[in-house]
Amino acid sequence: MEVYLFYIVATIAVCTGVYLIFEKNPVFSALYLIQTMVCIAVLYILLEAQFIAAVQMIVYAGAIMVLFLFVIMLLNLNIGQEKKDALPYQKIPAILIGIALFAVLCIVLKSKLLQGKQGEYTTAYINNVGNTKLLGNLLFTDYLLPFEITSVLLFVAAIGAIMLAKRKI
Amino acid sequence: MITITHYLVLSAILFTLGVIGVLIRRNAIVIFMCVELMLNAVNLSFVAFAHYLNSMQGQLFVFFTMTVAAAEAAVGLAIIVALFRNKETVNIDDMNIMKW
Amino acid sequence: MLNLVGLILLFPLIGAAINGLLGKRLKKDTVGYIACGAIGLSFFIAILVFCGLVLLPPEARLFEKQLFNWIESGSFKAAAGLQVDPLSSLMILVVTGVGFLIHIYSIGYMHEDKGYHRYFCYLNLFTFSMLLLVLGNNFLLMFIGWEAVGLCSYLLIGFWFEKKSASDAAKKAFIVNRVGDFGFALGIMLIFLTFHTIDFTEVFHAASEGGFAVGNFTITIITLLLFMGATGKSAQIPLYTWLPDAMEGPTPVSALIHAATMVTAGVYMIARCNVLYMLSPFTMTVVAGIGAVTALFAASIGLVQNDIKRVLAYSTISQLGYMFLACGVGAFSAGVFHLMTHAFFKALLFLGSGSVIHALSGEQDMRKMGGLKQHIPVTYKTFLIGTVAIAGIPPFAGFFSKDEILLESLVHGNFVYWSIAALAAFFTAFYMFRLLFMTFHGKSRVDHHVMEHLHESPKNMTMPLMILAGLSFCGGFLGLPGASAIDSFLSPVFGGHGHAEISMSGAAVHQSEGHPYLMMVISTAIAVAGIGLAYQMYVKKPELPQKLAGQYRLIYKILLNKYYIDEIYNALFVNSVKKGSLLLWKRVDAMMIDGSVNGVARLVGWFGNILRYLQTGYVRNYAFYIVLGCIFIMALAAFGR
Repeated sequence: MEVYLFYIVATIAVCTGVYLIFEKNPVFSALYLIQTMVCIAVLYILLEAQFIAAVQMIVYAGAIMVLFLFVIMLLNLNIGQEKKDALPYQKIPAILIGIALFAVLCIVLKSKLLQGKQGEYTTAYINNVGNTKLLGNLLFTDYLLPFEITSVLLFVAAIGAIMLAKRKI
Repeated sequence: MITITHYLVLSAILFTLGVIGVLIRRNAIVIFMCVELMLNAVNLSFVAFAHYLNSMQGQLFVFFTMTVAAAEAAVGLAIIVALFRNKETVNIDDMNIMKW
Repeated sequence: MLNLVGLILLFPLIGAAINGLLGKRLKKDTVGYIACGAIGLSFFIAILVFCGLVLLPPEARLFEKQLFNWIESGSFKAAAGLQVDPLSSLMILVVTGVGFLIHIYSIGYMHEDKGYHRYFCYLNLFTFSMLLLVLGNNFLLMFIGWEAVGLCSYLLIGFWFEKKSASDAAKKAFIVNRVGDFGFALGIMLIFLTFHTIDFTEVFHAASEGGFAVGNFTITIITLLLFMGATGKSAQIPLYTWLPDAMEGPTPVSALIHAATMVTAGVYMIARCNVLYMLSPFTMTVVAGIGAVTALFAASIGLVQNDIKRVLAYSTISQLGYMFLACGVGAFSAGVFHLMTHAFFKALLFLGSGSVIHALSGEQDMRKMGGLKQHIPVTYKTFLIGTVAIAGIPPFAGFFSKDEILLESLVHGNFVYWSIAALAAFFTAFYMFRLLFMTFHGKSRVDHHVMEHLHESPKNMTMPLMILAGLSFCGGFLGLPGASAIDSFLSPVFGGHGHAEISMSGAAVHQSEGHPYLMMVISTAIAVAGIGLAYQMYVKKPELPQKLAGQYRLIYKILLNKYYIDEIYNALFVNSVKKGSLLLWKRVDAMMIDGSVNGVARLVGWFGNILRYLQTGYVRNYAFYIVLGCIFIMALAAFGR
């Protein structure tokens, strides 16, 4: 059951990803990206990361992508906005080196570079305590400083966005 | 049985798609979305590792990545809006003064 | 009192600094007082030091004062130290004494000049350098003084640098001296290599005790190189050509630098290194030979020159030749003695000629003088004393010193030296009296409007003349034959060989030693003959020189044009160097060096021009390279091990 689910979801994610990059209309691209993100959220649930999955749905697919769509519509970008390609010779090499990148990534995956220690948060333990509670515990104990700094980062980003979007800088 | 490799390969595919998108698209917003796709791909591998290594760090890291992505999206889109206001376009080929 | 020796150096330096830095804002009188006061104080201290030295017993008359450690690098050590011994004490007396008089004279002579403070700054600086040269206790310090006097000489010859001829003469003096200094510097290096020290005392001790055989090859090379420096500084063949041109400078400068002090530096240096020179008979022969030939050569040119200062310049070269002849036959004290008397009477003659030029509003051509006797009587009388002194009439100073050299060249040299020197002495007497007669006697050939301004020089110019005349008169008594005070005073320096025992040729005529008085008579007779001839030619029959010149046109032309030596040098050295330099400039510098440098730049530019096509300005393009780089790095990580 899980296996089938994975394959189905993965296929959808890849397909929407391909559509995303080849779609002419940016609105559709954004919608395809939302689909990809939903697929990834499903995969998170498969990986027993319920909280992350929820955040993925709410923050990414919800907030950020809506922001994208807003901007697209604000700027009123339609098909045909893209003019003549200034770098026509880059399309094929780009795809080729994309494939090369994928190949290298696979080689790296196969190699013994990717090895890690087993941690103590077994699936049983996480399920026992609860994924959200564990994350919250860690965030407010061991990772308190990064967490607080993140708040500062968001604050700064908010101010920066307002500054940049102002009509007269 | 789904192994970690499945997830990692999927992550690599999505990442590569993102890279190709960045390289071939000319619309700044689409490129930006491709970057988001790459971030998501990496997030996926983080969570996969976290799951298969019985660790919470991966999920924590994804949490932070999302925060950064949110900040980046806000600032980046603001930049794009500002650019559009100046140049009446979001085609990055029209912004080719970064040379010589 | 000997401890005060540092002050001798200090005063002129302070004077030069004040006049050089603040002179523009000071009043002219103040500048003059500062300069003269500095030298005067220096002279006073020099007298004190001299007295201090005389009070010591003769064997102990060597005082060294270490000022500070100057250079210490590995085994090379050079201390800044001063050395007072009979030789240097005599030199500082001459330098400061004559220098003082000339400073006073300059106040009057240079009064109208707008570079007044500059002049006195240079003059003080020169005195400082010259004192450093004679007081330094090692070769390097001496070399510093040597170069510094060269610099001051350059600055003072080119003092009126607006005149092209003056700046050219300055450059010529500087460059010709460079040739000699090159040899001198090499000599010092070779001394260090041979003796591992450059301290005078240590070097001479090592040379005399170190088991160097007479005729040692290294010593010969060293002494020849040092002598090369001396030929440059002391204007000997082949490097004498700068001195006549140096007369472009102000006349007091000619008197101080190009007659009395600086040009004698070579003689001083050889006298100082007498230990080394005594070890090399070959060099001694060279020194004596060049000295004798120069004496005759310059005197013969002096016979026909018409510029009053040029005659004196050639006379200076000739007299320097005498000094070298004396050193070359081993009679160092005779050389130094002549150096001293020459400083007196040649300074006098130059200052006298300066007074004449001053009176004639800058006229230097003797053909436009004549009959000045009544108009400038003080100058005439003092000039007469100087002329008699240089011609060698007893009992004036020049007689004793020149006679001693003649005697020594016969006793320790050979008959050839003597005859050359005697002929040169005859020439000297002739051209000096020719100068005197043409300038002061006979009918006046002076321009009318110059005649109107004709005046005797002010007191501060005539006073030094009178003092120098007095010195020229009685200076010779220091070296009376048989009871020479100067010989015995200098003998510690010359290690008893003030009268050298070596003889260059076996034909030393020892019997003539019994007849020094006969020699005196002969040399007096030579001088009188020269004077008589000059009297005949320029007073009795003024038309005779013209006739002679017409008859012996070729010889006259050659002499008048100074044997065409300048032209030969120009053709041989100057032009070839110029051509070579032009070649180096055009081909090597402009083409090869500039070419390669520019070529590298052009190559980089060309390469960059190609590479800049990578820099398209398209962000996607840059992203492409970034991805390429990422792939490369990951591939390295994957395959790298």
